Amino acid sequence: MNTVVIGVIGADVHAVGNKIIEHVLNEQGFNVVNIGVLSSQEDFINAAIETDAQAILVSSLYGHGEIDCKYMREKCIEAGLTKIKLYVGGNIVVGKQDFKEVEQRFKKMGFNRVYPPGTNIERAIKDIKGDLNV
Amino acid sequence: MSVHLLVDFGSTYTKLTAVDLQLEAIIGTSKAMTTVKTNVLEGFDLALDKLKQANPEMAEISAISACSSAAGGLKMAAIGLVEELTVEAAKRACLGAGALVNHVFAHHLSKRETKELQKANIDIILLAGGTDGGNKECIIHNAQKLKEAKLNVPIIVAGNKDAQDEIAEIFEGSDTEFYIVDNVMPKLKKLDVKAAKDVIRQIFITKIIEAKGIKKAEEKTGSIIMPTPEAVLVAAELLSKGFEDEPGLGELMVVDIGGATTDVHTIGEGFPKRSEVVLKGLQEPFAKRTVEGDLGMRYSANALLSLVSQYEFKQYYSYDNDIEIAAQKRHDNVDYLPDTEEEKAFDQALARICCDYSMSRHVGHVEVIYTPLGSMYYQTGKDLTDLKYVIGTGGVLINDPEAKKILGEVNQKSNKKLELRPQAPTVLIDRKYILASMGLLGQKHPQMAIRLMKKHLE
Ligand code: B12
Repeated sequence: MNTVVIGVIGADVHAVGNKIIEHVLNEQGFNVVNIGVLSSQEDFINAAIETDAQAILVSSLYGHGEIDCKYMREKCIEAGLTKIKLYVGGNIVVGKQDFKEVEQRFKKMGFNRVYPPGTNIERAIKDIKGDLNV
Repeated sequence: MSVHLLVDFGSTYTKLTAVDLQLEAIIGTSKAMTTVKTNVLEGFDLALDKLKQANPEMAEISAISACSSAAGGLKMAAIGLVEELTVEAAKRACLGAGALVNHVFAHHLSKRETKELQKANIDIILLAGGTDGGNKECIIHNAQKLKEAKLNVPIIVAGNKDAQDEIAEIFEGSDTEFYIVDNVMPKLKKLDVKAAKDVIRQIFITKIIEAKGIKKAEEKTGSIIMPTPEAVLVAAELLSKGFEDEPGLGELMVVDIGGATTDVHTIGEGFPKRSEVVLKGLQEPFAKRTVEGDLGMRYSANALLSLVSQYEFKQYYSYDNDIEIAAQKRHDNVDYLPDTEEEKAFDQALARICCDYSMSRHVGHVEVIYTPLGSMYYQTGKDLTDLKYVIGTGGVLINDPEAKKILGEVNQKSNKKLELRPQAPTVLIDRKYILASMGLLGQKHPQMAIRLMKKHLE
């Protein structure tokens, strides 16, 4: 089963995109575990362990994604999720920053793929399918 | 006139309640020491004689129902994967079935942990782990380890459905007695403990009762239908919800302070009462029981003392007696009854601490998280702030004239703001000690049980 955990990280309540992502991934045949808004790193990780997920898709819309995502990869490793793929998207930083730099920063934090604002989820699904050999 | 006799084989006392079914009245209650070590029927017969002597006009007994917590009650181990998820779900299934959960393990069982299980005095193991379709590697590993440990204890497998066949293969052909049932957490954070609870009860009735030497009682009482704590939970749920045209009391809590444990039961959703509070964690059971093995008035008096500092204890107790000696005395004589003012006050101090700590562990908590957007409030567990009734029960408490005060005070502890305790509940005391009996009676006569509880809880 291709299980992915999705949710909105930190104190972020933007719920609309999260529902759309759930819907689209479901349609594409994924088993989607949606932990919803206001989720902590631990919530994502615990969910991924119990459901044996292969990827975690983190959304962050309110601009504080960088603080919220820090050390997430380290925590995954600590929890035994050594193979999990981490994706992040939404409006992950404040304002308009050079996305190349932003992407670099998140990749250094251990995220496999980092998406700029306005990315539609269909595009990301191509990547996910490739990465997970679906 | 027909009489329904309700029997509770307790750890210390065998307690009887006789109900007149036509008059819908409690004819009388009686008790005698539980005699599991010799013949459990001795205590029962003695209590029945007492009951008959006190009520010579009592008619023939037409039906008997019994529950038991004798010989240590039902002791279980709960195993799951993630502590906050399937471990917690497994624990709740055990607690809801009336068990005491002394051993709890997360992730892959280690040699040390299986050794602990081999030494432990437990009756049943509940093995969970993984949502349906989720992780199955861990539960399969744990099943293998449990088989290798050759524990002579029934194992209930209530984890990831996808692992069921492999686990069955592991246990088949070994001596392990195993039962495969629905997952206690089929989907993330969704709790589904009914099937697990049902087999726990089944194993309790068929096997545990026998192993503990209580089976003999069934010659006279018919089958013992559930563990006593479950009977109390069933009674609480009935009283809260009502039955058909007999209305219930609404959301309520039962605090049962025993000699060895303190149980807290709440019936209610416990959703956040304020809109800015976000609910976290595993789904809460509507009828929830927690049990504290280190809080009790007799056997656990020492354990209780080691929880609180001398300073804290003195807040509850103003005499100069040696408190360690007083606790030891209770630990060694579980049927001890206080005779002096000092000793009575000591019992009250114990009762207050039992209430306070068990409440603290049972109710939901609010945690403040500081975020880039300011403070946010997260609630784990149940919000019980506007709960209507708190009912006190348990041998020592119900005989204490201060019982209402003790329970009432505990709820308003102002220094524990982040705990979601009942704020202004009406306190009722189970003076006649009938809650477990009413849980039993409620199996056949639910409305009558509700009416009797309403009448006799003061
Ligand atoms: C509606 C809205 C709100 C509502 C949210 C209601 C709700 N419960 O959902 C409310 C009013 C509550 C709100 C509050 C705030 N908001 Co607001 N909000 C918006 C708004 C107008 C629309 C968001 C939306 O629903 N879009 C529609 C959905 C479908 O799109 P989406 O969320 O972007 O998601 C899609 C993609 O981003 C992508 N995606 C998302 N996650 C991921 C993950 C991966 C891996 C991938 C591949 C793709 C992906 O796929 C999604 C589906 O297509 C946006 C502006 C905008 N037009 O985007 C601002 C916006 C997101 N909000 C913003 C801000 C600043 C706030 C506040 C901080 C304002 C404040 N000071 O109080 C608060 C934060 C509250 C909080 N705690 O989260 C800023 C964020 C700025 C930034 N990041 O630099 C925005 C961009 C507005 C702006 N231009 O300033 N907001």
